[in-house]
Amino acid sequence: MVKYISKRVLLAIVSIWIITMITFFAMNAIPGGPFNKEKATDPAVIATLEARYNLDKPVGEQYVLYMKNLLHGDWGISLHSGRPIWDDMMSKFSVSAKLGGRAAIVAIILGIILGATAALNRNKLPDRLIIFFTTLGTAMPSFVLATLLLLVFCVRLGWFPVVSLGSDPNYTLPVIALAVYPMAYITRLTKTSMLDALNQDYVRTARAKGVSKLKVIFLHALRNALIPVITYVGPMVAYILTGSMVVENIFTIGGLGSTFVTSITNRDYTTIMAVTIFLAILMVIANLITDIVYKMVDPRIKLD
Amino acid sequence: MDNKEIKKNLLSAQVDLSKFSSANFEKATDEEKRQQDVMGESTTFFKDGMRRLRKNPLAMGSIVVLALIILIILITPHFVPYSYDQIISVGGVRDKGSANLGFFEYSQKELQYMEQTGEDLFPHIFGTDGLGRDYFIRVIYGTRVSLAVGVVAAIMVVIIGIIYGSVAGYFGGRVDLIMMRIVDIIYSLPDMLIIILLSVVLKENLSGKLTGTVFSALGANMISMFIVFGLLYWVSMARLIRGQILTIKNNEYVLAARCIGTSNAKILKRHILPNCLSVIIITTALQIPSAIFTESYLSFLGLGVSVPLASLGSLANDARSGMQSYPGRLVIPAIIICLIVLALNLLGDGLRDAFDTKLD
Repeated sequence: MVKYISKRVLLAIVSIWIITMITFFAMNAIPGGPFNKEKATDPAVIATLEARYNLDKPVGEQYVLYMKNLLHGDWGISLHSGRPIWDDMMSKFSVSAKLGGRAAIVAIILGIILGATAALNRNKLPDRLIIFFTTLGTAMPSFVLATLLLLVFCVRLGWFPVVSLGSDPNYTLPVIALAVYPMAYITRLTKTSMLDALNQDYVRTARAKGVSKLKVIFLHALRNALIPVITYVGPMVAYILTGSMVVENIFTIGGLGSTFVTSITNRDYTTIMAVTIFLAILMVIANLITDIVYKMVDPRIKLD
Repeated sequence: MDNKEIKKNLLSAQVDLSKFSSANFEKATDEEKRQQDVMGESTTFFKDGMRRLRKNPLAMGSIVVLALIILIILITPHFVPYSYDQIISVGGVRDKGSANLGFFEYSQKELQYMEQTGEDLFPHIFGTDGLGRDYFIRVIYGTRVSLAVGVVAAIMVVIIGIIYGSVAGYFGGRVDLIMMRIVDIIYSLPDMLIIILLSVVLKENLSGKLTGTVFSALGANMISMFIVFGLLYWVSMARLIRGQILTIKNNEYVLAARCIGTSNAKILKRHILPNCLSVIIITTALQIPSAIFTESYLSFLGLGVSVPLASLGSLANDARSGMQSYPGRLVIPAIIICLIVLALNLLGDGLRDAFDTKLD
C-alpha cells in the first residue's frame, strides 16, 4: 500500500511538473513580448520593464526563476491589471468552489439515488424514465444546457435575474447546468454496479437469513455498489472545473472560470499560465485522492 | 459388427454387447443423416454483430438519424443558392435590410424584386443572422464542420492509439513499461486545459503563417485542436488495445504463426488486430461525440473555427448576444449538437452490445 501511494504521489508530482513546463514554454512560444502593444513604446521603457520581470534572461533561466517563485507561493503579476495573481485567483476561486462544490454534491446525491432506484426497479417504468433522461443528459454539453436554462428561466419566465449570484436561490441554474452531466454519469455507474451487487452471494445470504429488504439494500448492496462511483470523483472534479468556465461566463459569475476566459481574450499570459497551473494541480490532486481512496475502500483490488 | 463374443467384465462400465444384436446397429437413413446437418448459415464475426445490431431499435434509429443528417448536409448546399459567408444580395446589390430575418421571411428588397421580376427567390428557412447571411446554410456548414472534426479526430485517435497500444502490448517487457508510464503521465494531464492553452498559443503562432496554404480555411484553432487530439486523446485507446493484445498474444495461433516464421508486423496485422476489432469499433464510435463535444466547447470559448466558417458551437456562441430577440438561432444549433451526440452515443452503446459479446 505504501509503495502504491508513493508511486501515485510521484506520478502526480511528475505530471504537475510537466504541466508547468508545457504551460511555461507554450506561453513563451507566443510571438512578441507582453509589452509589445499596437502603439510603439519607447525601447528603453520596454528594456526596463523586461529587466523588471526578468524577461531579458534566457528562457531556461526564466523557467527556473518562475518555478522558484511558484514554489515560494509567488504566482506572478497580472499583465492586465498589474495586481498579484494569487490574491485575485483566490477570491475568484472561492466563488467557483462554492458553485462547483454545490454542483458536485447535487450530482453525487441525486446520481446515487436515481441509480439505485433504477437498479431496484429494473426494466420497469422508473428505470426506463431515469435511463431516458440520463442518456439525454450525457448528450448535452454544459454550455448548451446553461444557455437554454438562461433562455427559459431568466429571459422568458423571469424566475431568476439574468446577472449576478447574490443570494442562494440564484445558484440554482448554474448548479443545474454543471451538475446534470456528472449526475447522469453517476446514475449510470450506480445502476450497473448496484445490479451487480444485488446478484452477489452475500446479498442472497443476507436475505436468506431474514435480514429485511431495506437493510440489505442499504447495508449490503449499496455500500459495495458505491465503490465504482468513487473512481468517477476525479474526472468529475475536472469536468466541473472546466465546465464552470463556460457556465460562469454564461451566467456572468465572477469566478475563476470566467477569469480564465477573459484572460484568454485579454491575452493576459501570466494569468492564463497561473490559472492553468492552479487548475491542473487541483485536478491532479483530485485524481490522486480518488486513486488512493479507491484502493483503500476495496482491499480486493490488486495493487500493482 | 463382429461376431466375436465380447465378454463383459463383471465390474466394468463397459456396455454389454452380448445383449445387442446386429439389428440394433442399422445404418442411418438419409433422413436421419439430414438431421445432423447444420441448419444455420455460417457467419463471420462482422455479420453476426450486424445481425445483433439490427435487432436494436435504438441503434438503428440512431443510424437513420445520422444518415439523414449526413444526407442533408451533403445535398442541400447544392440547391440552396446562398453561401455561408455571403451577405444576401438582391439582383447583384447587397441587401442591407436582410439582417435578422425570421423563419421563412423575405426582406423588403427581396419582396420588391420578386414582385418586379415575378421569379421566386429561395426562402430563408431559418431566417438570417445579424450580418444578413442565410442562417440555414450556416447551420448546414456548421454541422459539416462539427461532424468532420469529430470524424477526423476519431480517425487520428484510432490510428495513433492502435499503433502505440499494439507495439506496447505486443513487445511487452521494458518497452511496455516505459511506453505505459508515458501513457500514465499523459492520462493524468488535464486535457481540456492543455487544449485551451495550446489553442491560445498556436493561434498566435500560426495565424500569420497559414495564409495561402491549404490549412488557411481551417484556421489555426482547428489545427491546434487536431494537434492536441493527436497528442493527448489517443491514450485511452492505446490502453484498451494494449490490454486486448496482452490477452490475445498468448493464444496458440499466435505461437503457431511465430513458429512458422511470420514477421512481427504480420502477426500483429493478420492475427492480433482483427481480434481487437470490436474494441476498436466501439471506442471509435464513442470517440466521435466526445470530439464534437470538445470542439463545440472550444468554439463556444471563441477558440474554435475562424470566421467566416462556423461550427455548431460557434453558431450557438454567436447567437447568445441576441438570445432575447432571436432565440431560434441559439436553439437550432443546440438541438443539432444534442441530436448528433445522442445518436452517436446510442449507436456506440448498440455497437458495444452487438460486438462485445464478452460483456455479459
